[in-house]
Amino acid sequence: MIKCKTSKEIGGMGHSIKRKEDARFIQGKGNYVDDVKLPGMLHMDIVRSPYAYAKIKSIDASKALEIPGVVAVVTGKDLEKYNLHWMPTLMSDTQMVLPTDTVMYQAQEVAAVIATDRYIARDGKEAVVVEYEPMTPVMDPYKSLEPDAPVLRPDKEGKTDNHIWHWEAGDKDATEKVFNAADVVVEQDMYIPRIHVASIETCGCVANYNKVDNHLTMYMTTQAPHAIRTVIALVAGHVGLTEEKVRVISPDIGGGFGGKVPVYPGYVIAIAVSFLTGVPIKWIEDRSENLQADSFARDYHIKVAMAGTKDGKIQATRFKVLADHGYTDASANPSKFPTGLFSIGTGSYDYNNAFMEADAVYTNKPPGGVAYRCSFRVTEAVHAIERITDVFATKVGKDPAQLRFENFIKKEDFPWKSPTGWEYDSGDYHAGLKKAMDVLDYDALRVEQAEKRKRGELMGIGISTFTEIVGAGPSKDFDILGIKMFDSAEIRVHPTGKAIARFGTKSQGQGHETTYAQIVAEELGIPAANIQIEEGDTDTAPYGLGTYASRSTPTAGAAAAMAARKLRDKARKIAAYLLEVSEEDLEWEPGKFSVKGAPEKSKTIQEIVFASYTNHPPGMEAGFEATHYYDPPNLTFPSGAYICVVDIDNETFEIKVRRFVAIDDCGNIINPMIVQGQVHGGLTQGIAPAMYEELIYDDQGNILNGTFMDYLVPTAVESPNWETGHTITPSPHHPIGAKGVGESPTVGAPPAIANAIVDALSVYGVEHMDIPITPYKVWKKLKEMGKI
Amino acid sequence: MREVRFKINGEEKVVTVESRTLLVHMIREQLSMTGTHIGCDTSSCGACTILIDGKSAKSCTLLAVQANGKEIITVEGLATAEGLHPIQEGFKENHGLHCGFCTPGMMLRAIELLEKNPDPTEEEIRWGISGNLCRCTGYNNIVKAIQYAGAKMRGAELPSTEPEFV
Amino acid sequence: MIPEGFSYAVPNTLDDAFTLLKEFGEDAKILAGGHSLIPMMKLRFASPTHLVDINNIPGLSYIKEEGGYLKIGAMTREADLEESALIKKKYHIFMDATKLIADPQVRNFGTVGGNIAHGDAANDHPAVMMALGAEVEISSPSGKRTVSIDEFFFGFYTTAVQHGEILTEIRIPAIGERTGTAYHKLERKVGDYATAGVAVMVQTDASGVCTKAGIGLTNVNPLPLRAKRSEEALVGSRLTEEDIAKAAQFAAEDCNPTDDLRGSEEFKRDMVRVITKRMINKAISRI
Repeated sequence: MIKCKTSKEIGGMGHSIKRKEDARFIQGKGNYVDDVKLPGMLHMDIVRSPYAYAKIKSIDASKALEIPGVVAVVTGKDLEKYNLHWMPTLMSDTQMVLPTDTVMYQAQEVAAVIATDRYIARDGKEAVVVEYEPMTPVMDPYKSLEPDAPVLRPDKEGKTDNHIWHWEAGDKDATEKVFNAADVVVEQDMYIPRIHVASIETCGCVANYNKVDNHLTMYMTTQAPHAIRTVIALVAGHVGLTEEKVRVISPDIGGGFGGKVPVYPGYVIAIAVSFLTGVPIKWIEDRSENLQADSFARDYHIKVAMAGTKDGKIQATRFKVLADHGYTDASANPSKFPTGLFSIGTGSYDYNNAFMEADAVYTNKPPGGVAYRCSFRVTEAVHAIERITDVFATKVGKDPAQLRFENFIKKEDFPWKSPTGWEYDSGDYHAGLKKAMDVLDYDALRVEQAEKRKRGELMGIGISTFTEIVGAGPSKDFDILGIKMFDSAEIRVHPTGKAIARFGTKSQGQGHETTYAQIVAEELGIPAANIQIEEGDTDTAPYGLGTYASRSTPTAGAAAAMAARKLRDKARKIAAYLLEVSEEDLEWEPGKFSVKGAPEKSKTIQEIVFASYTNHPPGMEAGFEATHYYDPPNLTFPSGAYICVVDIDNETFEIKVRRFVAIDDCGNIINPMIVQGQVHGGLTQGIAPAMYEELIYDDQGNILNGTFMDYLVPTAVESPNWETGHTITPSPHHPIGAKGVGESPTVGAPPAIANAIVDALSVYGVEHMDIPITPYKVWKKLKEMGKI
Repeated sequence: MREVRFKINGEEKVVTVESRTLLVHMIREQLSMTGTHIGCDTSSCGACTILIDGKSAKSCTLLAVQANGKEIITVEGLATAEGLHPIQEGFKENHGLHCGFCTPGMMLRAIELLEKNPDPTEEEIRWGISGNLCRCTGYNNIVKAIQYAGAKMRGAELPSTEPEFV
Repeated sequence: MIPEGFSYAVPNTLDDAFTLLKEFGEDAKILAGGHSLIPMMKLRFASPTHLVDINNIPGLSYIKEEGGYLKIGAMTREADLEESALIKKKYHIFMDATKLIADPQVRNFGTVGGNIAHGDAANDHPAVMMALGAEVEISSPSGKRTVSIDEFFFGFYTTAVQHGEILTEIRIPAIGERTGTAYHKLERKVGDYATAGVAVMVQTDASGVCTKAGIGLTNVNPLPLRAKRSEEALVGSRLTEEDIAKAAQFAAEDCNPTDDLRGSEEFKRDMVRVITKRMINKAISRI
């Protein structure tokens, strides 16, 4: 059981209180962007390229404009007049809003049709005739780097190849020395394929520019409303949309997972058209547009190697990455981190030498590089380290659990400096793995497996013991477009002792309206039920960088605690005044100050708040409000021990996840019900890329599975019954000792599943398989190996 | 344009639509009942699920004109003056939703499932909601929510809503 | 995704439907369950000018045994099949198949007739009907005609149903003594079209010798395919492991799958072999 400091009535940390936001969602009263309807609103649909790489010879909109109700057709040439046809990406690359001459990927925006309703807009889209001159696209990132590859971005001055950047971490020479001297070296090529977050709500917006006030209100599906406001001002400030003239409202969001961090061309076109016409413009993507054009995740080709002793001590790792970014680098990373936090890839193991390098390359694929419920490229890194650890265990002939126990960083060695420069804050990896093994009875499973193998049955057990890195981040290193990655909380307590708190983050299902209230309740003793939480309106909320990368609890959650502590300090002063004692004579318990040794003399927080409006001490500011901008001193390092058991049909090679146990350590837990819910959801988004999802293109750049018919999002049938649990190792530097959890399961699950499948197939001599591992891929692999 | 007469959440309506108007668009745009959602364009996700004459239906794959003479229930019609529908209570009590986007469709599908099978097994529930995608919850708690609603609807003892988070 | 415009008519009798179909000519489409047609129209892969909705025509939805046949009205929903006591008791193959067709909401609307009349080898009922030796009743203003399921499929999306005609009933020889049936398809996830699907019917005499066999294959051939050599390998045999293996091997050899996202031609043949073997055994176990 999790210990709670507050009563159930107060509902502070550790209570599984039911979610405050649910009432509207279960009654159909959520307010998502497609529910926003404004007077006079027009609808926008987008003409998209059927080719991956082509010159636009002409765009003929005459047929479309003949359709009654079609108001306008906007092309890149139209935007060019206002210098709005290009926009910056978060990684300081450039991206077309609408092309003026060349399309760079299939489904790229080519023109926008504005009409009185969405049906007519669609008819208009079908009627726009675009003449293309197709060119041979570059789809293979390795070929893109060859000297004879066409230069894809001649628009960038002086660009003579398709290489975007090179990145390194760790000590190359020292690592090479260890590798050269090691008893055992294992190396494996891995591909972490391109996937898509596919939140059930697609992206969209309603741009409402009011010409009279020169003011834009932008309702949009964004995880980071404040950052978007600043980006809009940076892109459109030159036409008069300066930051005070822009209000971004992020209403209820139907799932984000990173896909709603970037600025997509559709948003910008909608703003431009609304700006030019003074009419509200609604743009809502179709699912296929969402899958085919919005930011992808992953697409990392990794060569990973591990060196160690013959008795299984890990000594060094080496990672070489080729990152396929599509036609522009539109990754959603902190500015100084082109590979995100990939350098966490040294893992949960105690060794001193690692070297990592990555190169990024342009191809004729959609741009992106977003999270898919992951903290900036951590999933790719964790997959590589957890997979190669198993390859190494096999090579040295050790059980993968035993090998992990022997290599874990010990609890007492934290804070621990990683070979790539991170300082892991805390962890107890031994306890997590032991707990997971106990829940499953690991030894019994290995006995069962041995018996099954004798009968020719395929059963596998796979482990992943990962370290996450979340909560970006400390301002010395972390910024987005120069803005430091703090986050904020503002708490206002009303005279009657009820409160409203506002944040710079934005929930997309994480339950902030409940958990933030619990943090404030924990600190002030005001019941969580009496604390209203607001996010997502840049006119009212304090500035913050938004919700992604499991950063809300580490940053805004900390800000909530710090702001509440400022208020508690004020409360102490007021209580001392009211009780006519010195501050030192008071002691705090959740909800009241009482006089030491005279507990009957006390003031509740509600009485104190009331006094702050009615009877505040002379010389003190009236009211009961506080704001805090929290700049974290370090990131937080959640961890987990996951074990997966699979059974594989030995003829059809259908894979059944029989059991999956996830023990997570996210530090102190605010709401166990919500933490567990986050883990469940993340695990299903872990099995998805491990066994089902991948965006597939042919060599002409056509996407082959751009709908939910073929992009295989798991249903309740594919998703097994998840077994979850926790250990608690508080973060020493976080005000409430919490770490963040939303993404851990998505990061940790794929290697556990892949390791289990490879373990099952090891009877055939299989050492590695790339995800997603499907029955067909298994059959093909065994066929190629001559085993079937 | 055609006139369609139907009952929605107990109320008689007459709406004029194009033949091609999809039922989901009529409900969302013309009736302004926005609790029914759209999550895909291939009849795959189930976010638009409603009940038509008691049958769960993907309202993106029916024409509005097909609703003529029918009785429709959407999420807006579930709660009554007495309170929430058991399925709504089930989802809230068991944390069966995160972002809430798939929830209305998921609940309406579950209602038909429970009417046909008041005490379904976990396996039956999982197959029974296989036409509804959820990207947030991992389905565990949706299964629990439906089991809870089933128990409530048939008057059985309610299962625990405490998280099994060892 | 929004369809192009069309006119819509909803006749109350078959005769009215025929009149409308004649009036509208080749550009008219029949709307039955609509769960194949409307998605195609939304994607604008199909843009009929006229839709004739036959959902209001009474008497087209039933499941009954009559005159030595199981008769299924063309407008019978997949869900009706799933819930029919008669089907649950005797026609196990439909229980196997319907569970794997799309999802519950789609099965509430999708019709058995439509699943066949769509003329898509990826649909599941064609193979099931082949295994069961079904006949299809096609109605027109000039009366009714019956076509064997083997002569029903002409090409991709084209069948024996001519313009102006309506498929009204599927007739299956009633399952007799010592008969077992089974269907399974390998799918990438629940509700997917088949990677490979196999429908099997076997009948034996009292001594265990196979007297009748039907095997149909899903989505491994341009048209729904009857695995004739496989059937021949079973009839007259004692259904030993070798007989079954031989039949399975023939099915794998005789289908013509193509490479696609679901797998290579070779993979699909191998899966046809495995599933055929398993479904023969499952059908036998149900005798």
